[in-house]
Amino acid sequence: MTSLLENGTNGTGTTDDPVIVVLQLTGGNDYMNTVVPYNDPLYRDYRPIVNVSEEDVLVLDDEFGLHPTMGPIQDMYKDGNVAIIHGVGYENSPRSHFRSMDIWHTCEPDKLGTEGWLGRVVRELDPDKENVVTAVSMGPALFRALVAPNVPVATVENIDSYGLLTDITPQEKLDRVLVRYQRMYSPAIGSGPVMDYLGQTGLDALEGAEILNVAPEKYSSTVEYADSSIGNKLKGIAQVHLAGLGSRVFYCDHGSFDTHADQLGTHHKLWSQVSQAIRDFFDDLEEHDAADNMVMFLFSEFGRRVYDNGSGTDHGAGGVCIAIGKGVKGGMYGQYPSTKAKDLDQGDLVPDLDFRSVYTSLVEDWLGLDPVPIVGGTFENPGFIEK
Amino acid sequence: MTDQNIAQMAHLMRRAGFGASRDELERRIELGYEATVDELLNPGDQDAVDIYEFLRYYPLWWKPGTMGGLGHAPWVWRMINTKAPLQEKLCLFYHQLFATGVAKVDHYDEIEDMIGSFRELGMGKYKDLLMAVAQSPAMIYWLDNHENHADSVNENWGRELLELFTMGVGNYTETDVRECSRAFTGWTLKHKLPRFHMGRWDWDYEFRPDDHDYGEKTFLGHTGNFDGEEIIDIVLSKPATSAFIARHLYSFFVADEHQVPAWSVTPPNDPVAVQFIADALVESDYHIGTVLRKIFNSDFFKEAKFKRVKNPAEVVIGTLRLVEDTERPAPETMKWASQIGFMGQELLNPPSVEGWHSGVEWINSGTLMKRTNFVAEMISDLSRPGVVKIIDRIKSSGSDPGAVVDACLDVMGPLDIPNESRNELLDHARQLGEFDWDDDRPEQGGAAKLTEILQLVVSLREYQFA
Repeated sequence: MTSLLENGTNGTGTTDDPVIVVLQLTGGNDYMNTVVPYNDPLYRDYRPIVNVSEEDVLVLDDEFGLHPTMGPIQDMYKDGNVAIIHGVGYENSPRSHFRSMDIWHTCEPDKLGTEGWLGRVVRELDPDKENVVTAVSMGPALFRALVAPNVPVATVENIDSYGLLTDITPQEKLDRVLVRYQRMYSPAIGSGPVMDYLGQTGLDALEGAEILNVAPEKYSSTVEYADSSIGNKLKGIAQVHLAGLGSRVFYCDHGSFDTHADQLGTHHKLWSQVSQAIRDFFDDLEEHDAADNMVMFLFSEFGRRVYDNGSGTDHGAGGVCIAIGKGVKGGMYGQYPSTKAKDLDQGDLVPDLDFRSVYTSLVEDWLGLDPVPIVGGTFENPGFIEK
Repeated sequence: MTDQNIAQMAHLMRRAGFGASRDELERRIELGYEATVDELLNPGDQDAVDIYEFLRYYPLWWKPGTMGGLGHAPWVWRMINTKAPLQEKLCLFYHQLFATGVAKVDHYDEIEDMIGSFRELGMGKYKDLLMAVAQSPAMIYWLDNHENHADSVNENWGRELLELFTMGVGNYTETDVRECSRAFTGWTLKHKLPRFHMGRWDWDYEFRPDDHDYGEKTFLGHTGNFDGEEIIDIVLSKPATSAFIARHLYSFFVADEHQVPAWSVTPPNDPVAVQFIADALVESDYHIGTVLRKIFNSDFFKEAKFKRVKNPAEVVIGTLRLVEDTERPAPETMKWASQIGFMGQELLNPPSVEGWHSGVEWINSGTLMKRTNFVAEMISDLSRPGVVKIIDRIKSSGSDPGAVVDACLDVMGPLDIPNESRNELLDHARQLGEFDWDDDRPEQGGAAKLTEILQLVVSLREYQFA
């Protein structure tokens, strides 16, 4: 079969186009122990057990510090490449992982959303679907944030063994079968949205494999990623980014941050892995002079309850977002929500900044798209991207 | 020409089990449709699988003190070889509903024990199942009820009981969550023994009266000194619960539905069928076997052929039951078990307490690749007796490419596919030329050509549905 690469189906992007990596902290990351209000006496009252001690906190300023495992992020903050966006969420948080994650993914707090915000981003970036690897998700799951009708997303669990019917030999037979496969999955045969989706997915799989297979072959680096699932995912993303395949949106997640019990140990381990993987990822990109057009965005579906429960923390509301990269205007944005008892809502921090505001900065100032149709309305832009 | 009896029986066996070979379908048609439903619902006391056979090969799986590394393989082996397929299918249903994972529990035996209670109680009363789950050490640890104390309430189990296991979001207040959680204080784990050199000890449920909140609670409009069982009784008396469980049964056994988080804001696709199931639940006092009998014998079920995307367990287990030679718990069992995970459904380790998103969300470019690659590899393995039986049946239809294609579609389903797809298969078969069954060359012979067609059939979009 003819090579899809030779047909020029990749390459809509150049290495200068802005690229975003979303790292989802699945399970509800504890805001108060990530960005610690270490000089707020109420913090220690609320958190007699599940707290970060004052001597361990990595100081950012005289109010806030980071969790002790976040050294790499503290370094990048000092370099002016990290934006910490406080008190992010939305009104009437349901405190349910699933509903809340759906809301973050679809930008629909009041009704069921069927399209993901990044799916809409991909559709704007590549309206004619010239590149099936415009969006690449690392890991087995397809996140709803990336789902939109007719938007291809390559979901790559292991980039080294990615391909269709790869056990058929010899090559001549495989080629013959794949040509037929392509015809069987053609849009002419579909009937109805589900069959159309399957047809498109099959064709995308075929084409995406051919394009992505070049990434690990082209890759070489002196950076050795620390061994963790998030490290492996970010390494895969670096390989695709460095291969210059025109991918603009990457997605991955890590977790579970659902620390109802034994939070201190779990949270420590998770943030060690995330921080180290981020350090390795940006080192890798720097080594290849490919970091300038990369912004990484971290979020979680909600923060956790202000009072600890003796061993962990329960589901809460307001949380924190973090943006990292040279395109980021470093510093603090928004307000840390009031921790005074009278200001809490059912024991939770009240978010003051709508998550769609944060998306607005990323969509408008980083990706250069009209944010209104993507986030579903006009929201104040906190302005954490360099212009 | 598709035989309608075969098509109907194949549909029942795909849904109430993991599919069946043509030989089995023919045998069951002799028995009759309703009699087959009854047999599936009454597996009797014959051993569904010989677990001692498994232990002969994996003696360290003997409890207590199982060695790590087998993960969900023993359950997968059971699903592949069971003589009571509906029993295992129900385990899969409840595992999706009461999704509990080793990512947190970190003790496979405990979750396997929970699956065991699904196996034992799954066709009985839903209340018994809820009580077993509420007292399951795996669930207690998974949803932190061991941290739910009289003087400091942990809401995790209380909330999910209402949100995911009974009523669905929007049918209770935050106060109800709190009061519900209070009623389950003291439902906890006995002090755990430390690990020993051969593995881990079992965990046990324990009720601690000194850590139970005996105070008055007001829950969903009822006031009293409720404990957990009374909370479950109240919850089961609410129409929201029968509607919610009905929707779960519909989406697992009848046809794909919206994802669970959408249910509070989107009505069912077939409200009449879901209401029928909800009524059956209430009338039978939530006796799941009775409700399933009504579902399988209903017209809406019989008309719902290929209205569900197969979940990865159905893909892998169904394929293995078809190709056969799976009885021996060989190292392959482990490989097959992990395939299910590669397709997006790592058993005993769901992504969250919500379980897996199902239906079309099983399919993305990565998982479609895994599904296709696995089934295509198995169906072309001429060393497997089930594959040989399939080939022998197809051979009897002659050597004409058109007849061979139709025989493939019949034996692999029967699948009903659009003419355009059939024409593609037909073109391909003609391109390969006459099927000479006496030619046994490994690459050009009749059987080799036939497996190429079979590989294309299992790569069809339509083959992704059950």
